[in-house]
Amino acid sequence: MSKIIVLAEQQLGKLSNATYNAIGAAKKLAGIVGGEFDIALVGGVIEGTIKDVAGYGAAKVYTATDATLERYTAQAYAQAYASVIKAAGAEFVVMAGTAIGKDVAPRVAARLEAGQASDIVDILDGPIYLRPMWAGNVYGKVKINTDIQVMTIRPTDFEAAQATGGESPVEAVEAGVDAGALRMEFVKLDIVESDRPPLTEASVIISGGRGLKSKEKFAEIIEPLADHFGAAIGATRAVVDAGWVPNDWQVGQTGKVVAPDLYFAIGISGAIQHLAGMKSSKVIVAINKDEEAPIFQVADYGIVGDLFEVVPELLSKLK
Amino acid sequence: MKILVTAKRVTDPDTRIVLKKDLSGVDWDAMEYKMNPFCEIAVEGALQIKEALDDDDIEVEIVAVAIGDEEATKEVRTAMAMGADRGILVECAEEDLDSDAVARMLVKIAEEEEPDLILLGKQAVDGDNNQVGQLVAEYLGWPQATFAYKIDMDGEAGATVLREVDGGVETIKLSFPAVITTDLRLNEPRYPSLPGIMKAKRKPLKTMEPDDLDVELDLKVETVGFMMPPSRKAGVMVESVDALIDKLKNEAKVL
Ligand SMILES: Cc1cc2nc3c(=O)[nH]c(=O)nc-3n(C[C@H](O)[C@H](O)[C@H](O)COP(=O)(O)OP(=O)(O)OC[C@H]3O[C@@H](n4cnc5c(N)ncnc54)[C@H](O)[C@@H]3O)c2cc1C
Ligand SMILES: Nc1ncnc2c1ncn2[C@@H]1O[C@H](COP(=O)(O)O)[C@@H](O)[C@H]1O
Repeated sequence: MSKIIVLAEQQLGKLSNATYNAIGAAKKLAGIVGGEFDIALVGGVIEGTIKDVAGYGAAKVYTATDATLERYTAQAYAQAYASVIKAAGAEFVVMAGTAIGKDVAPRVAARLEAGQASDIVDILDGPIYLRPMWAGNVYGKVKINTDIQVMTIRPTDFEAAQATGGESPVEAVEAGVDAGALRMEFVKLDIVESDRPPLTEASVIISGGRGLKSKEKFAEIIEPLADHFGAAIGATRAVVDAGWVPNDWQVGQTGKVVAPDLYFAIGISGAIQHLAGMKSSKVIVAINKDEEAPIFQVADYGIVGDLFEVVPELLSKLK
Repeated sequence: MKILVTAKRVTDPDTRIVLKKDLSGVDWDAMEYKMNPFCEIAVEGALQIKEALDDDDIEVEIVAVAIGDEEATKEVRTAMAMGADRGILVECAEEDLDSDAVARMLVKIAEEEEPDLILLGKQAVDGDNNQVGQLVAEYLGWPQATFAYKIDMDGEAGATVLREVDGGVETIKLSFPAVITTDLRLNEPRYPSLPGIMKAKRKPLKTMEPDDLDVELDLKVETVGFMMPPSRKAGVMVESVDALIDKLKNEAKVL
């Protein structure tokens, strides 16, 4: 019987949706290695968050609270998560590869003398973890040789767990944070407010590239189409670098990995680093004036044409 | 103040990755190499800190480190040509490394060098692991700021760092010694100048082996094979917007 634990992610009592994808991955892993899974919930005040994870079939929900955990910092959270993992006696640790997951999981692994497979997209018998390398050009098959195995999962590649009903028993354990050793301090979090769905959860994404020519044109062409679909807006690194859109709209190897039902690539050449972030979309539409653009090699439907004509025509005909 | 900065040699991200015919591994000889783009940003970040603190009469020494085969000397030299003061190369084969082994070697070097700051890339663009900086920070018990896109120095005592996180930007404060990992937008790395390249040839470069650092190369994470990712089937080109809408409605059924 293997013991698996999911590290839930919350900020100010709000659970991240990607936690459900991590639970989905834990269930898949349990199907391979046998056994059951627990959930670790750590933070400042988490009473209200317990209900968000208690109905998903976990054998137990472990909680750890401490004043040092009120706002997320890598140092304190790594200590708290590691304390819970030890208390639970877990052998497999699963966390979503969000900004927080990427930041904290390796520290947790270091505390447990464990190896970590990052950003896995599938779990095979063994367990062998499948993970994209070289910007997703190749999948590596990875094995972890330590007693405890830590993994961060790519949320788009594991289905979110559905509520199973019932209620997992809750056990509080010591967070074990050495407050005196902490030398980092949360100052503030500036979230870009938006009425649009988050990129990683949107079913339609309208992405624009350098072909949009300017910040003003980007907004003028992309936004109305996104409004029509209730879509999220994505961009290439070129566009983000140019300052036309906020940083966290970047899709790709070094930005967000997305997999919507419908992805529009507008004025995007299709560099390998961009493809790494959107290749798993169900349907891809590309609009580009260059018929040789590599984006057409991954697009289900391509139109060669001037985006400044094609997109407005598309929008008016959709309406 | 002393800054340790990494300069990993990686396969050129602008070229295609070539696997051996039997998919047992990467055909290293068929690849081209350069410095990891995130390391270039880390080196530039260190240089900008040095230049900023120079105004406050604080002297900064920058030590560039690479762990890799002999060829990685080139990346250490490049870092020195950009402006790092000296270099360290730990010689070993890429196949013998995982992020944890790299981190444990960097920890040993840090214990020896006692830097105030270790600057690394957020990820190496070959393995895309995104682990080494965090591992080093935890092993040393230091604070960290990953995915940095702005670093405001508080003299040599610490820094306020703006980090790229989901949905926006987080600001945190660190006191040194600390680890910072770079995101793409931290800076635009400079090119080594010709005088810089000449000077770099005379800058000290220490070469050592994992044994010298007393680090055992037992892999915690092992890549046992490769496969090609699922490829998308070739799509179709449509002639008109009407045809596109028809396809999306009746074939893909997404409208
Ligand atoms: C380490 C590293 C990491 C990176 N990470 C990422 C990442 O995460 N995400 C990412 O996106 N990039 C990333 N990049 C950058 C990537 O390599 C490309 O440079 C970038 O994706 C190109 O953006 P683009 O397609 O907008 O611009 P371009 O390549 O300049 O393409 C613009 C396209 O617009 C078309 N066009 C122009 N005018 C029109 C018109 N009027 N109508 C129709 N089409 C038009 C052109 O034909 C062209 O194909 C990374 C690079 C490196 C080295
Ligand atoms: N072999 C290496 N030599 C020097 N620095 C490295 C090496 N491997 C990783 N790094 C540094 O650690 C960062 C994260 O690497 P990784 O965790 O492997 O993605 C990289 O951006 C580099 O700055």
